[in-house]
Amino acid sequence: MDLKELYRDVILDHNRHPRNFGRIEDADGRAEGYNPLCGDQLTLTVRLDGERIEDIRFEGKGCAISTASASLMTEAVKGRDRAAVRELFGKVHTLLTRHDAAPDGALGKLAALAGVREFPVRVKCASLCWHTLNAALGEHQPATVSTE
Amino acid sequence: MAAEAQLSFSAPQPGTEAARLDAEAVRRDFPILASSVNGQPLVYLDSAASAQRPLAVLRAVDAYETHSHANVHRGVHALSQAATAAFEGARERVRRFVNARSTREIIFVRGTTEAINLVAQAYARPRFGPGDEILITALEHHANIVPWQMVCEQTGCTLKVAPINRRGELELEEFLRLLSPRTRLVAVAHVSNALGTVLPLARLVEAAHAHGAVVLVDGAQAVPHSRVDVRALGADFYCFSGHKLYGPTGIGVLYGREELLTAMPPWQGGGDMILTVSFDKTTYNDLPWKFEAGTPNISGAVGLAAAMDYVESLGIERIAAHEQRLLALTSAELARLPDIELVGTAAHKAAVVSFVMKGVHAHDLGTILDANGVAIRTGHHCAMPVMTFFGVPATARASFGCYNTEGDVGVLVSALERARQVFR
Repeated sequence: MDLKELYRDVILDHNRHPRNFGRIEDADGRAEGYNPLCGDQLTLTVRLDGERIEDIRFEGKGCAISTASASLMTEAVKGRDRAAVRELFGKVHTLLTRHDAAPDGALGKLAALAGVREFPVRVKCASLCWHTLNAALGEHQPATVSTE
Repeated sequence: MAAEAQLSFSAPQPGTEAARLDAEAVRRDFPILASSVNGQPLVYLDSAASAQRPLAVLRAVDAYETHSHANVHRGVHALSQAATAAFEGARERVRRFVNARSTREIIFVRGTTEAINLVAQAYARPRFGPGDEILITALEHHANIVPWQMVCEQTGCTLKVAPINRRGELELEEFLRLLSPRTRLVAVAHVSNALGTVLPLARLVEAAHAHGAVVLVDGAQAVPHSRVDVRALGADFYCFSGHKLYGPTGIGVLYGREELLTAMPPWQGGGDMILTVSFDKTTYNDLPWKFEAGTPNISGAVGLAAAMDYVESLGIERIAAHEQRLLALTSAELARLPDIELVGTAAHKAAVVSFVMKGVHAHDLGTILDANGVAIRTGHHCAMPVMTFFGVPATARASFGCYNTEGDVGVLVSALERARQVFR
């Protein structure tokens, strides 16, 4: 069990300085995510241009993994369309849960989350923002997501 | 106050040093403590969530399952008699442990949560209505909040909450002010699970009784750390769980004054809680079985009795004194660390230390400590209102039992220093 694998520099940096932190006032989509196990809580707001995510912000309180994951996610999905986001979520899910997952260049900086899979109780911390994004995009109901 | 003298949360008296608990010897009674976690020796600091079991408990449960198991109160055959004797013997053991008048006052339940729900549904629900009030404190575990909220929804009565101060102590004056003739029931923790605060029970019970309210005490966190004498305390209901007292999970105790239990209707219906059943009329069993529908957790009761034997063989006062030394040491060591803030600094505490590290979420601390072999609880501790009061989403909580040592405190402190480095 290697803590350095979990808390890579990219994760620590995004935890300390989260990107796209805040809220979009005239948002087209909004959802709350909550992880009752550790109290992680985040609110996502998105502005859409047709199928494309024009802007995305998040705010809330959470552990380093959930904060960094949300921050990395907002960077990764901004400017992408729904189909591309769905595909990316699939890749992130594989990254977080499959020990035999091959490196996937399409993940970019999100690959820094690979260490999470060695810490099964922390997977939900990393995936909370993605489930919340799905809710904000209306991909599934309800608008409040709980990982428990 | 006589009842306060029954509680032993205070520092050891001079002259008792010769009787110090030998924690290193105690550790050998707990096989699990020899485990390694993530390649490091286990340092178990989560006894407030669930304590580990000594060999004496494991062996008692094993011996019962191996040699004595059958259903209780049902058969004339030898094994059923043996099982009944073991189960009812455990009840007598519990009676002595808490000094109840009679085994009719000792109801076996799954745990503290079930005990509180039993009282909520069988005592409060049939009696309370609009205008009646239930008074709790801001320190309570969810198990001593939600069952009362359910009763309020069911009956129209009102829940009142006595506040705490920044040290995590009950605001006694506010508590007394909230008591009135409308107060039908006071439900309070003996010891806060999230902060370790010991409540001034004797004073609360006296004041509640003066207003004609009955008192339920959530003793889950008190029983492992102090001698509890339900008669000296004057509590009407006292609830606790076996697994926090070095016993098995799935077994707990509701103590209730016989007069109150007698007047209460059964909670659940089924086998064992009846005398006769016909389609016209069913008559209920006597106490305590009236509240024990269905086949009970027999081996759990046997294990709990063994745990009580074990605790008394060590001496609960010696355990308490030992834990108080660890509490003082941990509080001092953590206060020395930059960026650590203690949450809950009551003058009167059990061996529970809640804290946050600036810039590091409790959940990350938990993972880093785990990588160092240290098991602590992180999260809201089933006391979300307490977290809200202190303005934190979660805390880290180290809690101590009879088997913890000063060495454990040292490992905790080094692991926290390592966490600081990861997040530097």
